[in-house]
Amino acid sequence: MADHLLQAVKLFCERERRVLFRDLDITLDAGEVVQIEGANGSGKTTLLRVLTGISDAYDGEVLWQGQSIKKARIEYQLNMHYLGHAAGIKSALTAEENLRWYAALAGRKLDDRLWEVLAEVGLKGYEDVPCYTLSAGQQRRVNLARLYLLPAKLWVLDEPFTAIDKSGVAAIEQLMSQQVKNGGSVIVTTHQDLSSVANVRKVSLG
Amino acid sequence: MELSNNNTQFSLYGIFKTVLVRDLVVAFRHPSDLVNPLIFFMIVVTLFPLAVSPEKQFLAQAAPGVLWVAALLATLLSLDMLFQSDFQDGTLEQLLLSPQPLYIGILAKVMGHWLLSGLPLTLLSPLLAFMMFLPSEALPALMITLLLGTPVLSFIGAVGSALTVGLRKSGLLLSLLVLPLYIPVLIFSAGAVQAATIGLPIIGHVALLGAMLALALVLAPLAISAGLRISLGS
Repeated sequence: MADHLLQAVKLFCERERRVLFRDLDITLDAGEVVQIEGANGSGKTTLLRVLTGISDAYDGEVLWQGQSIKKARIEYQLNMHYLGHAAGIKSALTAEENLRWYAALAGRKLDDRLWEVLAEVGLKGYEDVPCYTLSAGQQRRVNLARLYLLPAKLWVLDEPFTAIDKSGVAAIEQLMSQQVKNGGSVIVTTHQDLSSVANVRKVSLG
Repeated sequence: MELSNNNTQFSLYGIFKTVLVRDLVVAFRHPSDLVNPLIFFMIVVTLFPLAVSPEKQFLAQAAPGVLWVAALLATLLSLDMLFQSDFQDGTLEQLLLSPQPLYIGILAKVMGHWLLSGLPLTLLSPLLAFMMFLPSEALPALMITLLLGTPVLSFIGAVGSALTVGLRKSGLLLSLLVLPLYIPVLIFSAGAVQAATIGLPIIGHVALLGAMLALALVLAPLAISAGLRISLGS
């Protein structure tokens, strides 16, 4: 059996004596999108935190290319981007400073593409103002710019469409299609239908 | 577009500098957080003579203890800025998810905290020592103990801060966790300054403080990373 890119085996997780998921198996291969659905409070964010390795309050195993993510932590973190529930940016810093910080954490240098990308996510003219002056949607766009700048095999996106306008949603779907075309994969939680993205599989919680 | 990350660079100095500079920039854009511990330090030391006795002889005797207790409490007060805001805006989990060595990132964060709390306290202390009539021959001892002791306070405080970062009302728990561990630093530092006021050698005290700092420098980041993983993981 060939190793999957990411595989979750018999995941079990409970919160406050409430079982969120039990015997949950997920497989993800290159070029696939997994959309995780479920009502509010059904454990979507918890599942993502388990899959990224932030949370270890679970039973079962998460495998990255056949190896436990606990063992292959660095390998995994090199190839994965997680856009979490919070905006993930420092509001005292500018968009540029935030992205440079992310690039340094990923161990990469940013080139002039930074400015193009910021224009592409609709932040032209906002590059060097502190992020606390930006709207919620614009702050999320700063975070999304990471996906353009720092390629990775796997994206884990927690509600990427929150506070984003219609054209922004289309742009993110386009971005996901591009990622799939390049042979990358996406795990995403959203209530929206990803109609324009190919290869979407749905996993329901709860 | 190439998706694999073959050109990733691991530079220990690079990641240290990035984390440190970012923390400093953020702090300087919110100067009120920055001066809070300093003002607290000054207020405690100025109120003390008003409340107890402005007599020169008494103050000179109490000065080492008062200065050190005030510095310790000021550091305790500043621990909030270490991880709390990073936790709230989600950048802390991004630091944990970075493929770069967490040890170095943590070291940079604690260093940043010390540069913004312990170092200014040390620099401010001669002024307050003068106000408290600390004999001038004890001033070097005060500065040296603060210089060696406050980083230890930052490291120990960061361990407590890491363990309590996810909790809603973490203030009291943090103090309970951290204060007992602060006591050795307080005893040896205040003891050294006291000894210096009566002309005794302080090298023994200073050596012990140095040993504590060396130990904290090596071991605390490990405890802090473990604490952060626990706090964010549950």
